[in-house]
Amino acid sequence: MLEAVLLGFLFSIFLVFAGRYFRGKLAVLSALIPISLFVYFASFINEVAQGKVILESVEWIPSFGVNLSFTLDGLSLLFALMITGVGSLVFLYTAAYLKNHKYLDRFYGYLSLFMSAMLGLVLSDNLMSMFIFWELTSISSFYLIGFNNDKADSRKSALTALGITGIGGLLFLGGAVLLGDVAGTYRISEMLGMSDSILKSPEYILIVILIFAAAFTKSAQFPFHFWLPGAMKAPTPVSTYLHSATMVKAGVYLLFRMSPVLGGSDFWHHTLIIFGAITMLYSAIHIIFRTDLKGILAYSTISALGILVFLIGIGTQAALIAASVFIIVHALYKASLFLITGIIDHETGTRDITQLSGLKKVLMPVAIAGFIAALISGGVPPSLGFVGKDLIYEATLHFENNAILLTVIAIATNILLFYAGFVAGVKPFFGKLPDKFEKVHMPSPLMWIPPLLMTVGGLIFGIFPGLIETTFAKPIVNALVTDTEDFHLKLWHGFNTILALSATTLVLGTILYFTIKPKHKLEQAISKLDRIAPKNLLFKLSNGFVDFSSLWTSVFQNGYLRHYLSLIVAFLIIAVGFLLFKDFSLNIDLRSLSRVTIYEISILTMLLCSVLYTVFTKSRLAAVASMGVVGLSFSLLFLFYSAPDLAMTQFSVDTLTVILFVLVLYKLPKYLNLSDNKVRIKHGILSLVFGSMITLLILRVLSEPKNTEISEYYAENAYTLAHGKNIVNVILVDFRGIDTMIEISVLIVAALGVFGLLKLRLKSKDKK
Amino acid sequence: MEILLAIMTGILYASGIYMIMRRSLVKLILGIVLLGNGVNLLIFVLGRITKGEPPIIDDSQKVLEGIYADPIPQALILTAIVISFGLQSFAIILVKRAYKVLKTDDLDQLNTTDEDS
Repeated sequence: MLEAVLLGFLFSIFLVFAGRYFRGKLAVLSALIPISLFVYFASFINEVAQGKVILESVEWIPSFGVNLSFTLDGLSLLFALMITGVGSLVFLYTAAYLKNHKYLDRFYGYLSLFMSAMLGLVLSDNLMSMFIFWELTSISSFYLIGFNNDKADSRKSALTALGITGIGGLLFLGGAVLLGDVAGTYRISEMLGMSDSILKSPEYILIVILIFAAAFTKSAQFPFHFWLPGAMKAPTPVSTYLHSATMVKAGVYLLFRMSPVLGGSDFWHHTLIIFGAITMLYSAIHIIFRTDLKGILAYSTISALGILVFLIGIGTQAALIAASVFIIVHALYKASLFLITGIIDHETGTRDITQLSGLKKVLMPVAIAGFIAALISGGVPPSLGFVGKDLIYEATLHFENNAILLTVIAIATNILLFYAGFVAGVKPFFGKLPDKFEKVHMPSPLMWIPPLLMTVGGLIFGIFPGLIETTFAKPIVNALVTDTEDFHLKLWHGFNTILALSATTLVLGTILYFTIKPKHKLEQAISKLDRIAPKNLLFKLSNGFVDFSSLWTSVFQNGYLRHYLSLIVAFLIIAVGFLLFKDFSLNIDLRSLSRVTIYEISILTMLLCSVLYTVFTKSRLAAVASMGVVGLSFSLLFLFYSAPDLAMTQFSVDTLTVILFVLVLYKLPKYLNLSDNKVRIKHGILSLVFGSMITLLILRVLSEPKNTEISEYYAENAYTLAHGKNIVNVILVDFRGIDTMIEISVLIVAALGVFGLLKLRLKSKDKK
Repeated sequence: MEILLAIMTGILYASGIYMIMRRSLVKLILGIVLLGNGVNLLIFVLGRITKGEPPIIDDSQKVLEGIYADPIPQALILTAIVISFGLQSFAIILVKRAYKVLKTDDLDQLNTTDEDS
């Protein structure tokens, strides 16, 4: 199975090097990849139908529990066949649709990259590898939506889609990590037995919310649905493949997969039912207001995805059967309708439904495919759509509470979907053929055979639903439900409520089709509501975020040193000041303080004067000189207070600094006062507040007793251990010898830097 | 006396910060020196001050006893003085160099990495 998943990746890598041979007539050969994969997966149908689950595992990063484990049960098989089956047809179709396109090879590269990622996603048994494939589908979708990258629209839509699904992917990762943490494994097959303990864990709600967010963004559920209509900017084969048949169902697939593990709570069921119901009805109503064929199909796809989420939310066996049959139904008719739309667009140059009519005269086989697709979509017997719709009603009718409300919502949605199918599949072909379309001719068979094949398949499955029952429906239910009841898929159930509901749907749908005509006016009318649509709200949010970030940057990162410093000082004042004053008490024992003598007073006065002079003098030389006086006062101060070493060091260092300053000084420009008074007063106040805070801090510390433990240790051991009598020296060169060594190396680096800067000769360029 | 020294430390901090916020590069360095002195004094005062009792063991004795100045702050400050000398000399030469290349010591004209501005 690993080989099957990797095949597409390898092919797309191969195309990077050999792409130019696949731009012309050879392009159609690319379809061999999905076709052979389809045959490969189809060979498992019998085994899986007998209830076997095929497992395969390759170690990848075993230390993290991340392995490439693949599982093939009913559910993955259905998706794998759908991916490769629709994929084969789309690969063939593309060869004609984008014939002689200069980047055709690139397109096939993206498509097969996507196909492999999607296969990996549905076959993964490991949540981590599933996440990686999940992200790969988002990325390949980004490239495909933005395939016409010279158009601003396409690029924007691609970014929106990537943004939404990418955020969903991140949340999926979060959910997967949490779930793996709770379960102790990333393997879904091992989680199945732990459902009870996972449900009881405190993280359960968070896990479910994260998984929902991932599924809803990927499967375009309200309020994240808006990226999907935007994604219709992609070439039609992409819309067919990714944004209707496969990728958007990844979210649904995830919910399917997780429902035996996480699906035991009311929260799970109710949330899914609510979001599914809102999505299916909301976007079904949107269909009426659209005139672009692809727009209609996009909204009906969202609506269908809503139905699937809704059915998984109901979660009974009947609902799961309905969902799995509906997935097949939807893939068959929606992919066909997209391909048909692509043909119409390709041949007539427009997708505006108000301009299209009577095309059956020139595109007969396409019209047949369209008509059958509409029948399947509307659920008209004997198509598979009829079976699917009956199953949906059966699921809603037998749900314990609110059965009537749910059924009504389902009926309303189905009526609107009936309308959508007929508008897209029937309307363009009937009526009078406008003159401008008389020269329209049939496209290559590569384009019209795929939709015809799928729709005919939909009819055959409808007449013989047993074909699906044993191959897909039963294995899927076996994979998801523990104690299954036996069931049979039938076209004819006899006269009962469900039949009556089906008939109502068909009648009302037909009436709707004949009364409401797609009009531009309606589309314009609803566009007024765009202001409050989720799409615009989210765009506003993201724009606001950008504005906020640039504001934040310009406030905090404006490149002026004084600005950064003011902020740091202000923050320190607030933070330290708050702690300082929270419980401020000063109880300094005045008697313990040393006495004030005339010598110290005179030194302090000298210090004070020189500091103030340094700050306020207008002469640079005077500032440097008084700077030297500051240093000398310090030396004296240290001498007074029993620190002879400090005094000596300070004295020599200070002398050196002053000499260095004076040496450099004569080359500098005039000593200017560059700031205006207002700024200086502001900075002065800030500095003074900070200085007084430091003073208070010192006083506060002085009122606490001092810990002398370490000093006593040195006092006792300086001679006995290190044989030195000057304790300060002993600390520096012996007890903390390595620190001093590092300090010396810092000085060496500084000295080298100084030397280098002095000796470095300017390049002629810098001298000018 | 400690209270006076505490006030002095505050003044040194305030004038150091104030000078760093000036636009002139020379003032910036002077500010760093002042602030460094302030920090030294802070550590010194926090270690309590003692008059006339340096932490040196008498020739006749092996252990320091009685009243003595705390050697730890002194060791810290000694390190700080030397390191700040390294910093200051490097900064002074850097200012000189920057002026030679750019003909200004105004920080506001140095806040771009573009060569031509």
